[in-house]
Amino acid sequence: MTTPPTAPPATHAAVQQDEIEKMAELARIRIADHQIGEVTERIADILAMVDQLQAVDTAGVEAMANPLDAVQRLRPDIVTEGDQREVFQAIAPAVENGLYLVPKVID
Amino acid sequence: MRWDVVIGLEVHLQLATASKIFSGASTHFGAAPNTQACAVDLAMPGMLPVLNEQAVRYAVMFGLGIGAEIGMRSVFDRKNYFYPDSPKGYQISQFQEPVVGRGSFEITLEDGTVRHIGITRAHLEEDAGKSLHEDFHGQTGIDLNRAGTPLLEIVTDPDLRSAEEAVAYLKTLHSLVTYLGISDGNMAEGSMRCDVNLSLRPAGSQELGTRTEIKNVNSFRFVEKAIHHEIERQADILENGGRVIQETRLYDADRDETRAMRSKEVANDYRYFPEPDLLPVIIDEAFVDSIRATLPELPRERRQRFVDIYGLSHYDATVLSANRALADYYEAVVSDCGDPKIAANWVQGELLGQLNRSELALADSPVSAPALAGLIRRILDNSISGKIAKQVFEAMWAGEGDADRIIEARGLQQVSDSGALETMVDEVISANPEQLAQYLAADEAKRKKLLGFFVGQVMKVSKGQANPQMVNELLARKLS
Repeated sequence: MTTPPTAPPATHAAVQQDEIEKMAELARIRIADHQIGEVTERIADILAMVDQLQAVDTAGVEAMANPLDAVQRLRPDIVTEGDQREVFQAIAPAVENGLYLVPKVID
Repeated sequence: MRWDVVIGLEVHLQLATASKIFSGASTHFGAAPNTQACAVDLAMPGMLPVLNEQAVRYAVMFGLGIGAEIGMRSVFDRKNYFYPDSPKGYQISQFQEPVVGRGSFEITLEDGTVRHIGITRAHLEEDAGKSLHEDFHGQTGIDLNRAGTPLLEIVTDPDLRSAEEAVAYLKTLHSLVTYLGISDGNMAEGSMRCDVNLSLRPAGSQELGTRTEIKNVNSFRFVEKAIHHEIERQADILENGGRVIQETRLYDADRDETRAMRSKEVANDYRYFPEPDLLPVIIDEAFVDSIRATLPELPRERRQRFVDIYGLSHYDATVLSANRALADYYEAVVSDCGDPKIAANWVQGELLGQLNRSELALADSPVSAPALAGLIRRILDNSISGKIAKQVFEAMWAGEGDADRIIEARGLQQVSDSGALETMVDEVISANPEQLAQYLAADEAKRKKLLGFFVGQVMKVSKGQANPQMVNELLARKLS
């Protein structure tokens, strides 16, 4: 994927109910119809706080990945993990011929 | 209406590491399902990714190989989507700060035209597992052995203009990555998979049309076919006044068609954000220099050297340098027999021909480089003619031993004994009085042609074993 992320809109105050429904679907969260209004309001509140934060001038401030000034350590390319399939599959809901079974996916 | 074709390619290259990009599980191909999927690959609670140094080295090697900018600081991001072959619910990838930045790639088309293809970026990410849809009582089987295998996704600018250019790009890329040794390049095992972004625009127009993305095409031939098919499909739509819909399509090799994918990519909103489990990867000049120092000779340099040092034609040099193993084989033959041109003819002619006919890889060739050099040495020292050598080669291919043994056992030694040759020449002359009369009556120009008849007859009598040069000399002397 090469498309850059879209810049956040200047204000989130007007978050729409259908946007909440779409996000819920992407996150695989089921929100009952009678709760959508309330969830929309609460997320709008959170976004209002984000708007407040975004008002701060961050020009020239470098993004901070962590407060410890640490960088990623790399590991040597060595196989350290053996076959533990039996252990893992003992706690899986359904397996067959060594495969994990899941509800049918079509594509 | 005439259309210009605009193509960009995304190649997912499996890197040839021993272990996965974020875990210590093996990446070895072909193991029993899920025997190489550890707790990290399965996204067990509390598991954390640790980046494989070799994957970073390979990515940097690629960047140096195409003269690209190296991301001295690169960042991993989460690409969020739900699919059971990716147990975490996201793929760890790189988005805004990839390990390899802009670069460029030179391809040569069959007619010799050279084109420069821009590389937008190349980034590290993890592969997903495999879904098996057949026959699990309406369920899907998941094998996570491949989950976490390191991938380098190489993205081109929309610079390609035809299926031919796309295939030339892929072949050149394949050659480069196998030279670098960063991937085994095994297309059949999915080591190099390609997504094709394609759009049409009216000939001469500068504006880009709406593109479609064709996913997961995994052979050069399928890329070619999928592109031809998609060009036709889009042209049909546009010429009938329709509009191309931006969508993801799958190429179905059995039916030779592309079709829209259904659910997976509909919600094409990956909500990228920085991967909190991994810190930024910082590499320094010393790291890059240590990799630069290990870079092998690249295909383009080797091709040029074949032209400069061995005096090969551009075409021969291209064929012989395209693949590292073949180039190594060729050079081993040359250094052993000492004649680069004859070696080039034999490697490209008999060897590649037999490999193709037997559908064998070079590594499985029954005739080794020293064995072929041994055969060529016998041609060079006039023990056998080129024609007899082909017989010997076939016997070597069939496992009858080395060249000397076969020549000895079959009595194929070229006859260079002037006494024996003279007897044969005399026999042929006296057996063909009519041709002799014609020859003696002919003028100089015609004589040359008629001489060929006598040479042929002597070769026939000697069963091809007479030294042709000596036969020519003897005949010329006797008939003058």
